[in-house]
Amino acid sequence: MNQTDIDLQIAVPPHTRYLSLIGNIAELLVHEIKEYAGDLDLLGYHLNLVLTEAMANVIQHAALSEQDNTLRVHIHIEGDQLCIRVYDQGAGFDLKEVQSPDFETLDECGRGIFVIRQLMDSVDYHKCADGNVLEMHRKLAPAGH
Amino acid sequence: MHITTEQRHEKTLLSLQEERLDAHNSGELKEYLQRLLENGTHELIVDLSAVHFIDSSGLGALLSGYKNANLRQGSLILTGLQPRVQSMFELTRLHRVFDIYPDLEAALNHAKAGELA
Repeated sequence: MNQTDIDLQIAVPPHTRYLSLIGNIAELLVHEIKEYAGDLDLLGYHLNLVLTEAMANVIQHAALSEQDNTLRVHIHIEGDQLCIRVYDQGAGFDLKEVQSPDFETLDECGRGIFVIRQLMDSVDYHKCADGNVLEMHRKLAPAGH
Repeated sequence: MHITTEQRHEKTLLSLQEERLDAHNSGELKEYLQRLLENGTHELIVDLSAVHFIDSSGLGALLSGYKNANLRQGSLILTGLQPRVQSMFELTRLHRVFDIYPDLEAALNHAKAGELA
């Protein structure tokens, strides 16, 4: 890892009271990025939103194992590549089955994954060693581009 | 969830005194709106000027109140959206659904026009 790269792993109890804390950490963290041509405040807000949606999804829908009752988040920034991973130990779901919301029928739920997809370049959900991981990537525009 | 309410021109003005509206407090807002509407308060103005962050569950709570008010021949209109909150409504296309007014005066003028109609 380069000295300017960022790697942060956080584990908190699976409770919605931690959403603002983790979201705010992400907003602060982006200011550690040394070379970024875009609006850092806007990037921080987007990460706050993406993390809030992803973590709330785990808390509300995915069970966590009794042995490891924590919500784990991993934020990794290497060069111009940003990756966020949110882990769960639930039964999992098929991300491809999650359609965009129907904008005509005013459903109260079902916009979380849509918001994440709008703000990140790629979103993937797959099995990992101890459950499942929602993996989200975004390319950061380097300074001077 | 801290909400203040007051009567303005036959309408009930709800001011949300929270910086964030997310999955931690959106359920409370949904229930609060539900209770008001069930108790006969059908004309609501929701002032979001203190709210600087909203997620999809926050939008869902407001949408629930909006649909519930419409079912009762009432209305739920919004005012005071901060730029980030406004952007979330636009991202999810919900700015086309809600009546959104830039400030309280404009929302109250709408309310008065509704009374005269």
